[in-house]
Amino acid sequence: MEELELYVHVPFCVKKCRYCDFYSGPASKEVQEAYIETLLEEIRSCPFGQNENERVVSVYFGGGTPSILPEEALIKVLSGLREQFRFDENPEITVECNPGTVALKKLKAYREAGVNRLSFGLQSVRNDVLKTIGRIHTYEEFLESFHAARGAGFTNLSVDLIQGLPGDTPETFQNGLKTVLALRPEHLSVYSLILEENTEFYALHEAGKLLLPTEEEEREMAHAAVRILEDAGYGQYEISNFALPGFRSVHNTGYWTGVPYLGFGSAAASFYGGKRFRNALSLQYLDLPYEETEELSEEDRMNEFMMLGLRMNDGVSDRAFREKFGRSFYEFKGSSLRKLTEEGLLESIKKPDGNDTVRLTSYGRDLANYAFREFV
Amino acid sequence: MGKDLSKIRNFCIIAHIDHGKSTLADRIIERTGLLTSREMQAQVLDNMDLERERGITIKAQTVRTVYHAKDGNEYVFNLIDTPGHVDFNYEVSRSLAACDGAILVVDASQGIEAQTLANVYLALDHDLEVFPVINKIDLPSADPEGVAHEIEDVIGIEAMDCPKISAKTGLNIDDVLEAVVEKIPCPKGDDEAPLSALIFDSLYDSYKGVIVFIRVMDGTIKPGMRIRMMATGAAFDVVETGYFGAGQFIPDPEGLSAGMVGYFTASIKNVQNTRVGDTVTEDRRPVSKPLPGYKAVQPMVFSGLYPADGAHYDDLKDALEKLKLNDASLFYEPETSVALGFGFRCGFLGLLHLEIIEERLEREYNLDLVTTAPSVVYRIHKTDGATVELTNPTNMPDPSEIDYMEEPVVAAEIIVTSEFIGNIMDLCQERRGNYKSIEYIEAKRALLKYELPLNEIIYDFYDALKSRSRGYASFDYELAGYQKSELVKLDILVNHEEIDALSFIVFAGSAYERGRKMCEKLKAEIPRHLFEIPIQAAIGSKIIARETVKAVRKDVLAKCYGGDITRKKKLLEKQKEGKKRMRTFGNVEIPQSAFMSVLKLDDE
Repeated sequence: MEELELYVHVPFCVKKCRYCDFYSGPASKEVQEAYIETLLEEIRSCPFGQNENERVVSVYFGGGTPSILPEEALIKVLSGLREQFRFDENPEITVECNPGTVALKKLKAYREAGVNRLSFGLQSVRNDVLKTIGRIHTYEEFLESFHAARGAGFTNLSVDLIQGLPGDTPETFQNGLKTVLALRPEHLSVYSLILEENTEFYALHEAGKLLLPTEEEEREMAHAAVRILEDAGYGQYEISNFALPGFRSVHNTGYWTGVPYLGFGSAAASFYGGKRFRNALSLQYLDLPYEETEELSEEDRMNEFMMLGLRMNDGVSDRAFREKFGRSFYEFKGSSLRKLTEEGLLESIKKPDGNDTVRLTSYGRDLANYAFREFV
Repeated sequence: MGKDLSKIRNFCIIAHIDHGKSTLADRIIERTGLLTSREMQAQVLDNMDLERERGITIKAQTVRTVYHAKDGNEYVFNLIDTPGHVDFNYEVSRSLAACDGAILVVDASQGIEAQTLANVYLALDHDLEVFPVINKIDLPSADPEGVAHEIEDVIGIEAMDCPKISAKTGLNIDDVLEAVVEKIPCPKGDDEAPLSALIFDSLYDSYKGVIVFIRVMDGTIKPGMRIRMMATGAAFDVVETGYFGAGQFIPDPEGLSAGMVGYFTASIKNVQNTRVGDTVTEDRRPVSKPLPGYKAVQPMVFSGLYPADGAHYDDLKDALEKLKLNDASLFYEPETSVALGFGFRCGFLGLLHLEIIEERLEREYNLDLVTTAPSVVYRIHKTDGATVELTNPTNMPDPSEIDYMEEPVVAAEIIVTSEFIGNIMDLCQERRGNYKSIEYIEAKRALLKYELPLNEIIYDFYDALKSRSRGYASFDYELAGYQKSELVKLDILVNHEEIDALSFIVFAGSAYERGRKMCEKLKAEIPRHLFEIPIQAAIGSKIIARETVKAVRKDVLAKCYGGDITRKKKLLEKQKEGKKRMRTFGNVEIPQSAFMSVLKLDDE
């Protein structure tokens, strides 16, 4: 069986968040309806993923805010996918939800359609901070949505938090994290705030008008998050991701382990047949050529295997590398691996059977780009 | 044509930068009709790209045009271009010596500037007839009457009835052409006397060898004649003589006789033998003494030039050789730096000259360079009685061997409006200036005279002058000998390793301040590493300043999902490329820009 992942981009939201650089924005009902038709057309005419032995192991509705769509619309798209592709017996099907956009009725409909995982973009438990960063919801509204999800029968919920937001201190951040943990979501993503160009936050920061925690404080938050989450039973499995046993995100893990994926919708990226390509950043993307098209050479694929694999706490095993590329990673990048090990960014676990594994140390996860630059 | 001396005018245009010299030259060439408007490039005289971009004429060039005057006669105009920057003072003086008169261009709203004044005095010293032209009268802020008064008051030449023009629009250009005929004297000289011709420029051509630009004072130079350069003693057989067209050389086998301006070639292999200011004479029948004013050009500023990638050493060597063919004032010799490997110690007329050479090497020869801090030539008097000229700080002897040191000083003239006099005097004071005099050249403008150490002005003095006077100050200087001074060598240590390319000589009283600023600058230039990097300034073994580049604590892409991978990879690649452009010292990577940035220390 060949694994395949599907991603659907919904570029709509109630209001743009001030730190967000995704392709998204508010849109009218008509525009949204037209977009759904485009999506369905794209899905039906997709030439990829049609091999007998390919099986869809995960579907991910991301955005924007996919939950902004009427439930029928999203379910129609999911049905379209089921018709076009062969689904595995029990695929992970995730919908990103913004608190305040999901009522119990919508959640129940999702559940019936086979959606089995929800990811809530909470970001912070502090209402003042939420307001500062431009979120449309309060913590109380999130709680409501979260409980509604449980009520609808969801047993795999994820919550996104951001560390290093303006107004946060290591103390307020840790308290917030503990508040969320009391709800026992199955999965947590804790992101370090990134100031992306072309965002309001970036401009504010450049103008010196954004009061962010210092780098030391931000790292203190990151380290505290790992400690608190591990103590509560959530294992860190990637730089920004934590899960109770058995609840790692199948879909995202696929990105880091080289599973092919097909993206639908404007700005959605695909990785298929050794190529990566992206739909145009336009609602009329079907009329436009792919962007960022990248044909990966053997060397590119080896580099990516290392770079993406090292994001995961499991690291990269030499056996997996050899199975894929027919040679050892020591042969491929021995000197880089040695250098990174000497610098304390990397550790290797030697196995008597020769199946060594390399992975980032905790220090290496703070400075992962140093390691990644060896693999571009 | 052209043998009738009364129908020849040899002249130049002198002006402050931006006052419109090149534009006026264009108009003269256009009006005299040797060029069709299609042939006209924006600025005919400035034919190097670099010159056009900087708006400065670097190498003097010359054009011969024919003017049909209102008196019905045809006049030959030899317009000799002069460089417009203080770095090239000597070249200016030799160009002036080739002329009989000069047009002084003054901007109708700016008035007289220091450089104008310096060049006018230079022209008057050469007994040139100077007549003024007031330019840019089409600007709203123009005050031609006021400027005319200023010219009369300050320089003492008649200006009330002078041509008032707009070189840009072409307004009243004919007045200028007529004034050239009327006011500039025709050349004098004896065709039959022994040859004496002044070299005022030269150009290397790969087919003809050196093309020598001359003004014949006496005698005649013809193809086939054996000539001799009086200063260098080198002798050659003349192959070709001729005139300067616009952008081309027009051969004339008749030769050049007394009073004429033109060129000759003689299969000369390099410009070392054709020094600006030298006298050309006939080998068989020489004049008894050369024309006055010849000086061997001395580089004033020295700097190390290194290829960013050591593998390009030979390319740099070839490029310098080629540039040297055309630039007798460029000096270079191989040197080695612990930090930078193999490179060259190069001598320049000034910082502008350095920057021009650096840019040409990078642009025309595609070289990536690291330039070390420029240094002037210090004189070290050793305890054993020997005197050493020091051009590279690294070679400074041990202090115990030094009796005393001397540094070069310049006589500087600064013209500034009264409101900024205080600022500029402060600046000169900070730069160890020795106040000489102040005189008001008109109600609101003063001429300040200072003696300043050369090493205080070569880096960023001009920039500081401009910023502290909001652009109103102008500045000119000439070398005025050496003075005894308390000097020390300041070393920079990065992560406890001395970077020899960053060492420099500094006045002892400024060492602490200078060291502190250097460390601050370097702190801003050196990227953070995985470890902490101390940056220290030291005199001998004594640390006088320190800054620390903190270790990087966080460098991680928090999100990297399917749609992010391509872009994040690009970002990482770009960062990796950036690292390649750095030089590694020990285990510290220092960007090339750090070496030059440390020179710009005036933060105001």
